[in-house]
Amino acid sequence: MIFSLIQRVAQMLFVMFGISVLVFLIFFATPGADPAARIAGRNASPEILEAVRKSFGFDQPIYVQYLTMMKKIFVTGDLTSFVNRGWKVVPAVMDTIPVTLSLVIGAAVLWVVFALLIGIAAAATRGTWVDKTLMMLGLIGISMPVYWLGEVMNLLSQSRYHDTWLFSWVPPLGYKNFSDDPKGWFLTLVIPWITLSILYIGLYGRVLRAAIVESLQEDYIRTARAKGLSETRILLRHALRTSLVAFVTLFGLDFGALVGGSALLTEVVFGLQGVGKLTYDALLNLDLPIIMTTVLYASFFVVAANAVVDILYMLLDPRVRTA
Amino acid sequence: MLKVRDLSVAFRTEQGMVQAVDHVSFDVGEGELLGVVGESGSGKTVSLLAVMGLITDPNAVITGSIQYRGRELVGLKPRDMRALRGKEIAMIFQDPMTALTPVYTIGWQIAEQVLAHQKMSKAAAWQRAIDLLAEVNIPNPQEAVHRYPHQLSGGMRQRVVIAMALSCNPALLVADEPTTALDVTVQAQILDLLRKLRRNHGSAIVFITHDMGVMAEIADRMLVMYAGRVVERGKKEELFLAPLHPYTRALLDSIPPLTGVKPKRLRAIPGTPPNLLNRPPGCAFAPRCIERFEKCSAEPALGSGNHTAACFHVSA
Amino acid sequence: MTAVSDTLSAAPKSRGPWATALRRLFRDRAAVLALFVFILIVILCLLAPAYAAWAKTDPFTSTLDAMVRINGQDVPVMEQSTEGLGLGYTPIGPTWQLGNYFLGADNQGRDVMARLLYGGLNSLFIAGMATVVTLFFATLMGLAAGFFGGVIDMLLSRFLDILWAFPVYLLAISLSIVLIAQGLNLGFITIESGSLWLPVFIIGIVYVPYVARPIRGQVLALRESEFVLAAIGLGVPSHRILLRDILPNVSTTLIVFVPIMMALNMITESALSFLSIGVQPPDASWGTIIQDGQNLLYTRPMVALAPGIAIVITVLALNVLGDGLRDALDPRSKIRIGRS
Repeated sequence: MIFSLIQRVAQMLFVMFGISVLVFLIFFATPGADPAARIAGRNASPEILEAVRKSFGFDQPIYVQYLTMMKKIFVTGDLTSFVNRGWKVVPAVMDTIPVTLSLVIGAAVLWVVFALLIGIAAAATRGTWVDKTLMMLGLIGISMPVYWLGEVMNLLSQSRYHDTWLFSWVPPLGYKNFSDDPKGWFLTLVIPWITLSILYIGLYGRVLRAAIVESLQEDYIRTARAKGLSETRILLRHALRTSLVAFVTLFGLDFGALVGGSALLTEVVFGLQGVGKLTYDALLNLDLPIIMTTVLYASFFVVAANAVVDILYMLLDPRVRTA
Repeated sequence: MLKVRDLSVAFRTEQGMVQAVDHVSFDVGEGELLGVVGESGSGKTVSLLAVMGLITDPNAVITGSIQYRGRELVGLKPRDMRALRGKEIAMIFQDPMTALTPVYTIGWQIAEQVLAHQKMSKAAAWQRAIDLLAEVNIPNPQEAVHRYPHQLSGGMRQRVVIAMALSCNPALLVADEPTTALDVTVQAQILDLLRKLRRNHGSAIVFITHDMGVMAEIADRMLVMYAGRVVERGKKEELFLAPLHPYTRALLDSIPPLTGVKPKRLRAIPGTPPNLLNRPPGCAFAPRCIERFEKCSAEPALGSGNHTAACFHVSA
Repeated sequence: MTAVSDTLSAAPKSRGPWATALRRLFRDRAAVLALFVFILIVILCLLAPAYAAWAKTDPFTSTLDAMVRINGQDVPVMEQSTEGLGLGYTPIGPTWQLGNYFLGADNQGRDVMARLLYGGLNSLFIAGMATVVTLFFATLMGLAAGFFGGVIDMLLSRFLDILWAFPVYLLAISLSIVLIAQGLNLGFITIESGSLWLPVFIIGIVYVPYVARPIRGQVLALRESEFVLAAIGLGVPSHRILLRDILPNVSTTLIVFVPIMMALNMITESALSFLSIGVQPPDASWGTIIQDGQNLLYTRPMVALAPGIAIVITVLALNVLGDGLRDALDPRSKIRIGRS
């Protein structure tokens, strides 16, 4: 157990290192153009280009360049944007983190709760029209682009049906700090939470149903029936409990995908000033230092979250825990 | 105590009906050990799963009658069947490696069954689990209750399954090849254990196996099944010393003798069991039978005596 | 017990595995319908140039002062806004007349219907080609890692681990922002900055581990199977074993991946285009049209709604098809649809 824990953490560090090298290579060593020009952004003056070259050590060997970049992003945090002159990137990213966390954690809660409900309901009614309808709805959820769904939500809740009882409570787009206005914080996030979680509710409802139906074929379910347990108990205590193991491992992976993908798009659509919106604005301005930083921070967060989930999984599955 | 009459189980499949169990009748007396032998696919497991009410396949069609202490089990409400199952009728399965839920301790799983049928405190149920583990000779039961299935060997897990089956003192125990998946030495221990438990609890046991050697050791009466039908039944001694059906004889020939001259080769039964889908009329064993004659194209019936076989050589 | 009926129902006669799979697929009514819908969408999109010619509209240039004849009246495509200061222009809404601004115009006065068809063509092209790229590299890497093992496997697997852990969109964003400005020049291959091959290449690469890892696992298992061990023992050269024994066995998995990856690529392409780092203007894809429609969302919602609906229908069809293909070809596999 201790050994596998250390192994997992070592693996996490290795993957983080690998990602940082990959990001470095993409931004600084892709053939085709001068990396200084890339960092400096559109129409940079020769003086700025020179400053960029010096600050990133482009005249130095490549590993020094890598170390310089890592130091600027993670140690000294003095990476500056050249498009927005002299703007310190790392503090700017830090400011946006609470917004993104509010968004993804709330969405993850909805995702888990509703995926469980749908998966269990579909497995309990397997083969009936209830099951088929739920699975079809799940499939539709999976097939919608999240940013488009967000726009449809905006269209309905901000414009077309804003004046009806259904959506009159929806505040204008934007984010409110939890510490300033907890109610406003909650209300502005409800629609983004729903939007972001629908894809994953569909996905996980289906995954969970499949896992439960599969474990219902296992021998130990027959044993449980032979014990004279009720079908509800068999479904919840035996089939669901063993299926959760698979659910949790996948959750780790997809929570990462959510943070590094759909959340970004959701922030853009709902005008939430989070890491994703910051990245989007930087994309429009070709402000590479910001993109580099958000990409690295977000991927490291995702990798760390994956490791945490794997460790939780070890605690959840006695076969791994006591091995 | 158990009276099975004309039990048939058929499965609807894409190709047609598969008659897994075909008009099977047998009785089990109080405290008796009935052995059911047959090759895989002979319907022995399916017929006993039907007795347990454990056939959940929606494509299964079950007809006939199963009476337990005068109560009809075919068509019994699931709720009433559940109250019976695990309490009065318990089952032990073939593969102990997969028969236990991997994520709970064995103590939890035994206590779960006790609590499902008896009103008692959790602590009492837990104590009962420890007592049961001691009864099935699991060393250090106080500690073993906290173990997970994967931490135990196959033999130990089978003991746990047996302990679980015995937890409510069932009157009838169905054991489906409980020793097949185990090492030979462990098999002997499990058989010893079953014998001991039978003495202590007085439960009737239906023991399913394809191993005539195991039958010889523990059965009182036997039932030989082939292709979904009973082909011979009788007392163990009668069956072993004076088998009536050619299939029973062939089965007996296929086990090595314990004493005397060992034959150079054991006789295997040539051919394979028939496909149960749209099976041809007549005696199902006829194609593999060395004694077949023109009458075998008709269906032989099982006689009414205590020792009888479904074969024209017997009734003729 | 379903297991019991399963073993009993094993058919005595066996057809070839492909014929059986096809038969099973065509019995799946949802999958057949999905296939039909998908083919219909492809055909409609292929008709884009014909539609534009017939409607006499150029979907790639802005036509702010064009007029359109509706019910015998000439109406400007861009109407002076009646709200606020009256400075802005509002494009015409859906006329619901085919060939005549059926879905209305976007904020450059271009026919949305024509753009929708052209955009669909690009979206389908990118999704399909990216799938080819993904499957090609994934098969190459999976075969090499699984079959040769040792150092090759170690290096490839670690590399795939890193790619796998790198969130797809973040990797795609990094690649896009660097490549979109100046294109890609690897010496032997050159991709212009505005080319559709750029998103093809980027999307194709980021999903490689999703396919390569399962392929590697399968090859690893096949490598230990008796028929491969026998072939190795007989001294059959590696490339023959790979081509004759291993590739056919992983091909079912690859086929199942085709619609699933296409669906995923479709969503990814549209998202990158929406973020303005996918298909570059004046070219269109369903993602860019949704972005065009963002500013018109409350006034002319059809601009953003139509391409989104097109994406949902196409991706849904592909996912249903993927589901059906998996059930028909490889029911035990754990391939999941819609991972991103």
